[in-house]
Amino acid sequence: MTGMATDQTAHTPGAVWSALHQVRDPELDEAVTDLGFVAGCRVSDAGEAVVRLRLPTYFCAPNFAFLMVADAYDAVSAVPGVDRVQVILEDHFASTEINSGIAARAGFVHSFDGQALAELDELRAEFLRKAVMAGTDRVCRPLLAAGRTPGELAELTLGEAPASADRERLRSRRAELGLPAGDGDPLLVDPVTGAAIGAQALPLHLRRARTTRVSVDANAGVCRGLLRERYGTADVSRTDAEEMG
Amino acid sequence: MYEKDGEKYFVVDGHTHFWDASPANWVPGQEQYAKGWIECFHAYQSLGPPETHWSLEQFQKYPEEMMMRHLFDEGHVDVAIFQPTYLKQWYRDGFNTTETNAALAERHPGKFVVNTRWDPREGDEGLAQLAADVERWGCKGVKLYTAEWRGDSRGWSLKSPEAARYLEKCQELGITNIHVHKGPTIWPLDKDAFDVSDVDFAATNFPELNFIVEHVGLPRIEDFCFMATQEPNVYAGLAVVIGGLMHARPRFFAKVMGELMFWLGEDKLIFGADYAIWEPRWQVEGFVDWNMPTDPEYSDYGQLSTQAKKKILGLNAARLYGLPVPPELDLPVPAGPEGAEPLAAPASI
Repeated sequence: MTGMATDQTAHTPGAVWSALHQVRDPELDEAVTDLGFVAGCRVSDAGEAVVRLRLPTYFCAPNFAFLMVADAYDAVSAVPGVDRVQVILEDHFASTEINSGIAARAGFVHSFDGQALAELDELRAEFLRKAVMAGTDRVCRPLLAAGRTPGELAELTLGEAPASADRERLRSRRAELGLPAGDGDPLLVDPVTGAAIGAQALPLHLRRARTTRVSVDANAGVCRGLLRERYGTADVSRTDAEEMG
Repeated sequence: MYEKDGEKYFVVDGHTHFWDASPANWVPGQEQYAKGWIECFHAYQSLGPPETHWSLEQFQKYPEEMMMRHLFDEGHVDVAIFQPTYLKQWYRDGFNTTETNAALAERHPGKFVVNTRWDPREGDEGLAQLAADVERWGCKGVKLYTAEWRGDSRGWSLKSPEAARYLEKCQELGITNIHVHKGPTIWPLDKDAFDVSDVDFAATNFPELNFIVEHVGLPRIEDFCFMATQEPNVYAGLAVVIGGLMHARPRFFAKVMGELMFWLGEDKLIFGADYAIWEPRWQVEGFVDWNMPTDPEYSDYGQLSTQAKKKILGLNAARLYGLPVPPELDLPVPAGPEGAEPLAAPASI
């Protein structure tokens, strides 16, 4: 072991990667690291982190791309030992606008002059609500398969649902939206209002939750396939069976 | 026509193209977009079986003879519907235009339906062009691409008053089928470009027009399903669903089909191979052979009957376009909602 500064530098790339692991594709609700979107990340001795991001297609929606680059910038900036951050989105039609906009902390409206009317908070919230619906299916499906009735689910609290990674993921998305997320709060809530879902509305709510999950999963499947074709990323593309597992 | 196990299927490919994305057709200064577009399409082809993959060079521009062979000699297709996509900002003569498609169609009578397109940003000139296209080629359908770039504009919405003018014109001209294709950009860019609420809006305001949402609204299948279940004149175009998922992601394919059958049903689903992204042969054969898996995971999805497959592969589109179906390829009762429940209607009156 040498001095403190050296240790910190040596650990920084791992810490940067961990920080990037907290950055999600808002549309797919998965970590950019798991999706294979991080093409590279290095930290210089001077404490400058350079992160390269890549997406499945040249024409991926620019608003989601902007959010990922912005979130990566914020996450990496918070890593101790990192003094400067550069996040570079590669091979994208709007790379120039996004990269320079993020570097200048200019916001979405300024980065896409004349093309956007608002920042992306509402878009992010809209997709968090989808993540809550998809997460609801992930948590409820095993319960229904185990013989619980929809009526019983309407009575359950979040804390009474069996502990699992899926439950905590659901809890965290609800918390991000400002929805009730405590152990004593209902397992099933409206993703807009946070109100409990009553027994009568529940079958349709669960159907919609299922459809949302199928849609997001199918999208993620297509995205992984396109990324694999574009960059030869077989190592990060889980198989169909594993994804469904 | 495709025959398997004694069953005969009338095949209408609801989504086909004859494009030119070769470098010679790229607009100077816009090369990166023209190149990016076709490379993106080419990546989608990789989701099909390996033996159906083409080189990028072949994919950029393919001969007429090859298309005819892939669709009609090998692909079991009886009639294919051309869906133009202009993209003239990037491709000098257009990517896949009504004119190019129609010229090919005229050389092969009876094989193609020629759809045209419009863009509400083209104003009165565009309305006149639409009328001229209909007069010249007898178009019954249009393909709309809301993400098309035009000057500084990155797209448009079916909610705009300008779009309403064009939809009114469609009614006046006898166009009945509006195919809508969503892409990654619109105005404003801070909104979700794949949002289908503008289709909902237009379908409600124009109940006499049919709205076929291509690629089932991918990547917003859920929003599309929740909307389509409320609109009697909204259909799902299956291009990309079969091509992009059936081989590459069979389990997701099963679930997406289960969802579409649940929310829309067999009368609302329209097959499209999306040539030249994917050849129709493996899609038609695979879809006829396909069954919903029997694992408990799929237990709340219904099986697809042979009748449902016949409707999806051709009879539904034939009904929308008034295509004659040989009697031996039709269902014992007429295809469609009326035919599907021959006993229910009198009982409920």
